[in-house]
Amino acid sequence: MKTVKVTGKTIEEALDTALSQLNTDLSNVEYTVLEQPSKGFLGIIGAKPALLEVSLKEEEEIEEEQQANNSIEKEEQGAMEEEMDKQLPNPTEEAHSFLLQVIEEMKVDVDVTVHETEDELLFHLSGKDIGVMIGKRGRTLDSLQYLVHLVRNRSGDSYKRVIIDAENYRQKRQETLERLAERLANKAVRTGEKVALEPMNARERKIIHTALQYREDVETYSEGTGARRHIVIRPT
Amino acid sequence: MVTLIKTIASALVDHPEAIHIREHQENNTLVYTMTVHEDDMGKVIGKEGRIAKSIRSVLYAAATHQQKRVRLDIQDEW
Repeated sequence: MKTVKVTGKTIEEALDTALSQLNTDLSNVEYTVLEQPSKGFLGIIGAKPALLEVSLKEEEEIEEEQQANNSIEKEEQGAMEEEMDKQLPNPTEEAHSFLLQVIEEMKVDVDVTVHETEDELLFHLSGKDIGVMIGKRGRTLDSLQYLVHLVRNRSGDSYKRVIIDAENYRQKRQETLERLAERLANKAVRTGEKVALEPMNARERKIIHTALQYREDVETYSEGTGARRHIVIRPT
Repeated sequence: MVTLIKTIASALVDHPEAIHIREHQENNTLVYTMTVHEDDMGKVIGKEGRIAKSIRSVLYAAATHQQKRVRLDIQDEW
Protein backbone atom coordinates (compact mmCIF):
# COMPACT_ATOMS: atom_id res chain seq x y z
CA MET A 1 0.00 0.00 0.00
CA LYS A 2 1.42 3.36 -0.99
CA THR A 3 1.39 5.92 1.80
CA VAL A 4 2.50 9.54 1.91
CA LYS A 5 2.69 12.08 4.70
CA VAL A 6 1.73 15.61 3.81
CA THR A 7 1.26 18.94 5.52
CA GLY A 8 -0.90 21.92 4.69
CA LYS A 9 -2.46 24.98 6.23
CA THR A 10 -5.79 23.15 6.33
CA ILE A 11 -6.78 19.49 6.12
CA GLU A 12 -8.19 20.12 2.64
CA GLU A 13 -4.96 21.73 1.44
CA ALA A 14 -2.84 18.85 2.72
CA LEU A 15 -5.21 16.38 1.13
CA ASP A 16 -4.97 18.15 -2.20
CA THR A 17 -1.19 17.94 -2.08
CA ALA A 18 -1.35 14.22 -1.33
CA LEU A 19 -3.80 13.57 -4.14
CA SER A 20 -1.56 15.24 -6.69
CA GLN A 21 1.48 13.41 -5.31
CA LEU A 22 -0.29 10.08 -5.62
CA ASN A 23 -1.85 11.19 -8.86
CA THR A 24 -5.30 10.01 -7.85
CA ASP A 25 -8.63 11.28 -6.53
CA LEU A 26 -10.37 11.25 -3.16
CA SER A 27 -12.27 8.02 -3.80
CA ASN A 28 -9.05 5.97 -4.06
CA VAL A 29 -7.45 6.97 -0.78
CA GLU A 30 -7.92 6.64 2.93
CA TYR A 31 -6.43 9.17 5.27
CA THR A 32 -5.72 9.80 8.93
CA VAL A 33 -5.26 13.21 10.45
CA LEU A 34 -2.08 12.95 12.50
CA GLU A 35 -2.08 16.55 13.59
CA GLN A 36 -4.87 19.09 13.61
CA PRO A 37 -4.04 22.42 12.03
CA SER A 38 -4.27 25.42 14.32
CA LYS A 39 -4.37 29.02 13.28
CA GLY A 40 -2.29 30.15 16.23
CA PHE A 41 -2.50 33.62 17.66
CA LEU A 42 -3.78 36.13 15.09
CA GLY A 43 -2.97 33.51 12.47
CA ILE A 44 0.75 34.21 12.77
CA ILE A 45 2.27 33.17 16.05
CA GLY A 46 2.12 29.47 16.89
CA ALA A 47 0.35 28.49 13.70
CA LYS A 48 0.58 24.74 13.20
CA PRO A 49 0.08 23.02 9.85
CA ALA A 50 -2.15 19.98 9.43
CA LEU A 51 -0.30 16.68 9.15
CA LEU A 52 -2.00 13.90 7.23
CA GLU A 53 -1.12 10.35 6.39
CA VAL A 54 -2.70 9.41 3.10
CA SER A 55 -2.70 5.87 1.70
CA LEU A 56 -3.72 4.56 -1.65
CA LYS A 57 -6.38 1.87 -1.25
CA GLU A 58 -5.52 -1.74 -2.09
CA GLU A 59 -5.45 -2.46 -5.80
CA GLU A 60 -8.13 -5.14 -5.59
CA GLU A 61 -10.57 -2.62 -4.25
CA ILE A 62 -10.39 -0.68 -7.42
CA GLU A 63 -11.22 -2.74 -10.43
CA GLU A 64 -9.35 -1.47 -13.40
CA GLU A 65 -12.34 -1.51 -15.72
CA GLN A 66 -14.35 0.54 -13.28
CA GLN A 67 -11.55 2.99 -12.95
CA ALA A 68 -11.45 3.57 -16.67
CA ASN A 69 -15.19 4.10 -16.84
CA ASN A 70 -15.35 6.21 -13.75
CA SER A 71 -12.54 8.59 -14.47
CA ILE A 72 -14.51 10.21 -17.28
CA GLU A 73 -17.61 10.46 -15.13
CA LYS A 74 -15.58 11.65 -12.16
CA GLU A 75 -14.03 14.45 -14.15
CA GLU A 76 -17.43 15.69 -15.18
CA GLN A 77 -18.78 15.23 -11.69
CA GLY A 78 -15.70 16.85 -10.24
CA ALA A 79 -16.17 19.93 -12.36
CA MET A 80 -19.80 20.16 -11.30
CA GLU A 81 -18.98 19.68 -7.65
CA GLU A 82 -16.28 22.28 -7.82
CA GLU A 83 -18.80 24.76 -9.10
CA MET A 84 -21.17 23.89 -6.28
CA ASP A 85 -18.35 24.13 -3.77
CA LYS A 86 -17.98 27.77 -4.56
CA GLN A 87 -21.42 28.41 -3.07
CA LEU A 88 -21.64 25.67 -0.47
CA PRO A 89 -19.01 23.94 1.61
CA ASN A 90 -18.82 20.24 0.83
CA PRO A 91 -21.14 18.56 3.39
CA THR A 92 -18.84 15.57 3.84
CA GLU A 93 -15.84 17.77 4.56
CA GLU A 94 -17.98 19.80 6.92
CA ALA A 95 -19.09 16.67 8.79
CA HIS A 96 -15.52 15.41 8.94
CA SER A 97 -14.05 18.60 10.34
CA PHE A 98 -16.97 18.84 12.78
CA LEU A 99 -16.14 15.38 14.12
CA LEU A 100 -12.43 16.21 14.37
CA GLN A 101 -13.15 19.42 16.20
CA VAL A 102 -15.48 17.72 18.70
CA ILE A 103 -12.88 15.02 19.37
CA GLU A 104 -10.19 17.63 19.86
CA GLU A 105 -12.32 19.59 22.31
CA MET A 106 -13.29 16.45 24.21
CA LYS A 107 -9.54 16.23 24.86
CA VAL A 108 -9.43 12.53 24.05
CA ASP A 109 -6.67 10.62 22.31
CA VAL A 110 -8.50 9.21 19.29
CA ASP A 111 -7.59 8.83 15.61
CA VAL A 112 -10.13 9.06 12.80
CA THR A 113 -10.10 7.41 9.41
CA VAL A 114 -12.76 8.16 6.81
CA HIS A 115 -14.23 5.87 4.23
CA GLU A 116 -16.81 7.21 1.83
CA THR A 117 -18.99 5.27 -0.57
CA GLU A 118 -21.87 6.28 -2.77
CA ASP A 119 -24.47 6.21 0.00
CA GLU A 120 -22.46 5.88 3.16
CA LEU A 121 -19.98 7.91 5.15
CA LEU A 122 -18.02 5.78 7.61
CA PHE A 123 -15.74 7.14 10.29
CA HIS A 124 -13.57 4.71 12.12
CA LEU A 125 -12.19 5.66 15.50
CA SER A 126 -9.23 4.11 17.25
CA GLY A 127 -6.80 5.00 19.99
CA LYS A 128 -6.19 5.08 23.69
CA ASP A 129 -9.44 6.72 24.79
CA ILE A 130 -11.72 4.56 22.70
CA GLY A 131 -13.68 3.35 25.74
CA VAL A 132 -14.79 6.89 26.55
CA MET A 133 -15.85 7.40 22.94
CA ILE A 134 -17.99 4.25 22.90
CA GLY A 135 -19.65 4.79 26.28
CA LYS A 136 -22.06 2.49 28.03
CA ARG A 137 -23.78 0.28 25.45
CA GLY A 138 -22.41 2.54 22.73
CA ARG A 139 -24.31 5.58 23.93
CA THR A 140 -21.54 8.10 23.24
CA LEU A 141 -20.79 6.55 19.86
CA ASP A 142 -24.48 6.64 18.90
CA SER A 143 -24.85 10.25 20.06
CA LEU A 144 -21.80 11.35 18.13
CA GLN A 145 -23.02 9.47 15.08
CA TYR A 146 -26.41 11.17 15.29
CA LEU A 147 -24.86 14.65 15.63
CA VAL A 148 -22.47 14.08 12.71
CA HIS A 149 -25.42 12.77 10.68
CA LEU A 150 -27.31 16.02 11.40
CA VAL A 151 -24.34 18.09 10.27
CA ARG A 152 -23.70 15.96 7.17
CA ASN A 153 -27.33 15.92 6.03
CA ARG A 154 -28.34 19.42 7.05
CA SER A 155 -28.74 20.76 3.56
CA GLY A 156 -31.30 18.10 2.62
CA ASP A 157 -29.86 17.16 -0.77
CA SER A 158 -27.34 14.36 -1.40
CA TYR A 159 -28.28 12.35 1.69
CA LYS A 160 -25.71 9.93 3.06
CA ARG A 161 -25.92 7.45 5.91
CA VAL A 162 -23.37 8.27 8.58
CA ILE A 163 -21.75 5.50 10.58
CA ILE A 164 -19.22 5.99 13.34
CA ASP A 165 -17.53 2.81 14.43
CA ALA A 166 -14.79 2.19 16.97
CA GLU A 167 -12.49 -0.81 16.89
CA ASN A 168 -15.25 -2.99 15.41
CA TYR A 169 -17.67 -2.12 18.21
CA ARG A 170 -20.66 -2.25 15.83
CA GLN A 171 -19.86 -5.76 14.64
CA LYS A 172 -19.26 -7.02 18.18
CA ARG A 173 -22.47 -5.43 19.41
CA GLN A 174 -24.41 -7.09 16.58
CA GLU A 175 -23.05 -10.49 17.62
CA THR A 176 -23.95 -9.81 21.26
CA LEU A 177 -27.50 -8.86 20.29
CA GLU A 178 -27.87 -11.94 18.12
CA ARG A 179 -26.81 -14.18 20.98
CA LEU A 180 -29.16 -12.35 23.33
CA ALA A 181 -32.02 -12.81 20.85
CA GLU A 182 -31.46 -16.55 20.64
CA ARG A 183 -31.22 -16.92 24.38
CA LEU A 184 -34.40 -14.97 25.09
CA ALA A 185 -36.26 -16.72 22.28
CA ASN A 186 -35.39 -20.05 23.90
CA LYS A 187 -36.58 -18.73 27.23
CA ALA A 188 -39.90 -17.59 25.69
CA VAL A 189 -40.43 -21.05 24.18
CA ARG A 190 -39.43 -22.84 27.37
CA THR A 191 -41.70 -20.81 29.65
CA GLY A 192 -44.45 -20.32 27.07
CA GLU A 193 -44.52 -16.62 28.00
CA LYS A 194 -43.71 -13.34 26.26
CA VAL A 195 -40.29 -11.84 26.92
CA ALA A 196 -39.85 -8.05 26.78
CA LEU A 197 -36.38 -6.71 26.00
CA GLU A 198 -34.94 -3.42 27.20
CA PRO A 199 -35.49 -0.35 24.99
CA MET A 200 -33.27 -0.15 21.90
CA ASN A 201 -32.91 2.14 18.93
CA ALA A 202 -34.26 1.21 15.51
CA ARG A 203 -30.99 -0.21 14.25
CA GLU A 204 -30.57 -2.56 17.20
CA ARG A 205 -34.23 -3.64 17.09
CA LYS A 206 -33.77 -4.53 13.45
CA ILE A 207 -30.81 -6.76 14.32
CA ILE A 208 -33.02 -8.69 16.78
CA HIS A 209 -35.98 -8.96 14.38
CA THR A 210 -33.68 -10.20 11.62
CA ALA A 211 -31.90 -12.66 13.91
CA LEU A 212 -35.16 -14.36 14.88
CA GLN A 213 -36.89 -14.18 11.53
CA TYR A 214 -35.91 -17.75 10.63
CA ARG A 215 -37.43 -19.22 13.79
CA GLU A 216 -40.92 -20.60 13.51
CA ASP A 217 -41.41 -21.11 17.24
CA VAL A 218 -41.34 -17.38 18.10
CA GLU A 219 -42.45 -14.05 16.67
CA THR A 220 -41.11 -10.57 17.42
CA TYR A 221 -42.74 -7.16 17.51
CA SER A 222 -42.03 -3.73 19.00
CA GLU A 223 -43.94 -1.96 21.74
CA GLY A 224 -43.83 1.53 23.25
CA THR A 225 -42.93 4.84 21.64
CA GLY A 226 -39.81 6.99 21.25
CA ALA A 227 -36.92 6.15 23.52
CA ARG A 228 -39.00 3.49 25.31
CA ARG A 229 -39.64 1.42 22.18
CA HIS A 230 -38.57 -2.17 22.77
CA ILE A 231 -38.93 -5.65 21.36
CA VAL A 232 -41.23 -8.36 22.65
CA ILE A 233 -40.56 -12.01 21.78
CA ARG A 234 -43.65 -14.18 21.87
CA PRO A 235 -43.80 -17.96 21.47
CA THR A 236 -46.13 -18.99 18.64
CA MET B 1 -16.29 22.43 27.99
CA VAL B 2 -17.87 25.71 26.89
CA THR B 3 -16.05 25.51 23.54
CA LEU B 4 -17.19 21.93 23.07
CA ILE B 5 -20.85 22.85 23.65
CA LYS B 6 -20.46 25.84 21.36
CA THR B 7 -18.84 23.79 18.58
CA ILE B 8 -21.65 21.25 18.62
CA ALA B 9 -24.49 23.75 18.88
CA SER B 10 -23.06 26.09 16.22
CA ALA B 11 -22.98 23.28 13.69
CA LEU B 12 -26.69 22.60 14.20
CA VAL B 13 -28.34 26.03 14.24
CA ASP B 14 -29.09 28.79 11.75
CA HIS B 15 -27.99 31.59 14.08
CA PRO B 16 -24.68 30.51 15.65
CA GLU B 17 -23.97 34.12 16.62
CA ALA B 18 -26.94 34.02 19.01
CA ILE B 19 -25.52 31.15 21.08
CA HIS B 20 -24.46 32.08 24.60
CA ILE B 21 -23.16 29.72 27.23
CA ARG B 22 -22.85 30.50 30.92
CA GLU B 23 -21.11 28.36 33.48
CA HIS B 24 -21.73 28.20 37.21
CA GLN B 25 -21.26 25.75 40.01
CA GLU B 26 -23.92 24.08 42.14
CA ASN B 27 -22.37 21.95 44.87
CA ASN B 28 -20.31 19.39 43.00
CA THR B 29 -21.91 20.04 39.62
CA LEU B 30 -20.79 22.35 36.85
CA VAL B 31 -23.94 23.72 35.28
CA TYR B 32 -23.84 25.07 31.74
CA THR B 33 -26.75 27.20 30.63
CA MET B 34 -27.00 27.64 26.89
CA THR B 35 -29.31 30.12 25.22
CA VAL B 36 -30.01 30.02 21.50
CA HIS B 37 -32.09 32.04 19.07
CA GLU B 38 -35.74 31.19 19.61
CA ASP B 39 -36.04 29.88 16.03
CA ASP B 40 -33.19 27.46 16.74
CA MET B 41 -34.67 25.80 19.84
CA GLY B 42 -35.92 22.84 17.85
CA LYS B 43 -32.52 22.39 16.27
CA VAL B 44 -30.72 21.88 19.58
CA ILE B 45 -33.52 19.98 21.32
CA GLY B 46 -34.98 17.83 18.56
CA LYS B 47 -37.95 15.50 18.51
CA GLU B 48 -38.53 14.18 22.02
CA GLY B 49 -35.29 15.86 23.07
CA ARG B 50 -33.17 13.51 20.99
CA ILE B 51 -30.61 16.12 19.91
CA ALA B 52 -30.28 17.61 23.41
CA LYS B 53 -29.78 14.10 24.75
CA SER B 54 -27.01 13.42 22.23
CA ILE B 55 -25.25 16.69 23.07
CA ARG B 56 -25.43 15.78 26.77
CA SER B 57 -24.02 12.27 26.15
CA VAL B 58 -21.00 13.72 24.38
CA LEU B 59 -20.59 16.22 27.21
CA TYR B 60 -20.71 13.53 29.90
CA ALA B 61 -18.11 11.53 27.98
CA ALA B 62 -15.85 14.57 27.83
CA ALA B 63 -16.29 15.04 31.59
CA THR B 64 -15.27 11.47 32.43
CA HIS B 65 -11.76 12.53 33.33
CA GLN B 66 -12.73 15.28 35.71
CA GLN B 67 -13.98 15.11 39.27
CA LYS B 68 -17.09 17.24 38.89
CA ARG B 69 -20.42 16.27 37.40
CA VAL B 70 -21.72 18.35 34.53
CA ARG B 71 -25.21 19.40 33.50
CA LEU B 72 -26.50 21.24 30.44
CA ASP B 73 -29.61 23.42 30.54
CA ILE B 74 -31.02 24.91 27.37
CA GLN B 75 -33.09 28.11 27.27
CA ASP B 76 -34.38 30.40 24.56
CA GLU B 77 -33.91 33.59 26.59
CA TRP B 78 -31.82 34.77 29.51
